[in-house]
Amino acid sequence: MTPFSYHKPSSVSEAVNLADHASRFIAGGTNLVDLMKENVVSPTRLIDITALALNGIEQTSSGGVMIGALVSNADLAWHPLIEQRYPLLSQAILAGASPQLRNMASTGGNLLQRTRCYYFYDTGTPCNKREPGSGCPARTGLNRIHAILGASDSCVATHPSDMCVALAALDAVVHVEGRAGQRRIPFAEFHRLPGDTPERDNQLSADELITAIELPPPAFETHYRYLKIRDRASYAFALVSVAAALKLDGDVIQDARVALGGVAHKPWRNEAVEATLKGQAVSPALFARAADALLQQATPLKHNAFKVALGKRAIVRALTEAAAGASTCRTAP
Amino acid sequence: MSTNSQAGVDGHAISLTLNGVPRSLQVQPWTTLLDMLREQLDLVGSKKGCDHGQCGACTVLRDGKRINACLTLAVMCDGAELVTVEGLAEGEQLHPMQQAFITHDAFQCGYCTPGQICSAIGLAREGRADTREAIRELMSGNLCRCGAYSNIVAAVEEALPLMRDEREPERGSQP
Repeated sequence: MTPFSYHKPSSVSEAVNLADHASRFIAGGTNLVDLMKENVVSPTRLIDITALALNGIEQTSSGGVMIGALVSNADLAWHPLIEQRYPLLSQAILAGASPQLRNMASTGGNLLQRTRCYYFYDTGTPCNKREPGSGCPARTGLNRIHAILGASDSCVATHPSDMCVALAALDAVVHVEGRAGQRRIPFAEFHRLPGDTPERDNQLSADELITAIELPPPAFETHYRYLKIRDRASYAFALVSVAAALKLDGDVIQDARVALGGVAHKPWRNEAVEATLKGQAVSPALFARAADALLQQATPLKHNAFKVALGKRAIVRALTEAAAGASTCRTAP
Repeated sequence: MSTNSQAGVDGHAISLTLNGVPRSLQVQPWTTLLDMLREQLDLVGSKKGCDHGQCGACTVLRDGKRINACLTLAVMCDGAELVTVEGLAEGEQLHPMQQAFITHDAFQCGYCTPGQICSAIGLAREGRADTREAIRELMSGNLCRCGAYSNIVAAVEEALPLMRDEREPERGSQP
């Protein structure tokens, strides 16, 4: 690890005033410390934000919930308000990482975790995300875990989060604060597709700090499913994951959300496809058509073509299980 | 990663409680909690397996919760209450989880055991593991290369009822 200076500000304004391109904010550190050990990132200054008052989970006046950026993944997943009103989010969080990591990892940090592309982590190889312009060995190399949607010539990495897939499905809003002030970013716009600038995972500037995640009023407490497909039964990143949420009147769909993980540089949604589900009666054929449409643009690489068929089956299964009613299994795949 | 001081960057003074004893320490900002325990304080019960948060051999309890010491910066533990495997027994009286691991022969080489035991104590306090399946899932952050899993599950299952009083309050009451 490259030596760095350490600062522990006591206010958000103090924190953002300390921040620049050579610094990093640290909360749980579960991804950042690992990246620093590998010299994938080498900040000269760490800004420890754990003394900031960003720990709350509170109901908003509009009937939603405001989640402080420092709430741990475990505390969020097991908070009564989240378990009862946003169970899709609890299920997604508990499908990710390990209990130890969930105790450490923060809500804000979960959004900012970096891809687990092997080439990004291996400083002995080129990587456009790590060293812009150096090339992308994943495109022609080992790419079983890589993106099938929204990738570019310069990057085929996927976003690793489970929590973010549920937050995308739930239309969360990211609250950030920087030196220029505060702003709110709809979740769908927070993360980026790689394009020609894969070094940028999201649209934050260097001085901007995530302060909270806001959830709109709940609508999917009964019909939801976070389905995660991975190489082992637990504690592995998703090959494909699906956050499915339905609002039903009898068997007629009033509202539908489908977000995919493990397939793109950001949680993947297609609102036009979701709209085709509305007003329709639940049926296997309907879900199969939606799955085909969601993956119609998929362009697999040499080793990850299996993700297309796997993704379609996972979408159908997640929607089917969501429609069947309250998911009781919180943690199993 | 070195715990040695390097010119130009000062160490930071931190105070914490370690296995019930208040300690004042000087640490470099890049020293992990695991390196501080093992190299600065000679508490070598917590093991360095992968050093990447993947194996759980370094698991310790911070403010009652299980964490990976290898991904925790020591400087960020200022004010924390830490318990390692060395702090579990009361004199000669083993912690119920330690005793259960012995009773069920829940290890072979023993390298992952301190992390397994600390993790299992954290699991008991969380109060969420109500079935064998849930124990397996919620112990998934601890790998055992010898494959002693079935005995580990048996040990945890036996010790859980003995630790009912240590369960955390409902999380909703937290700030």
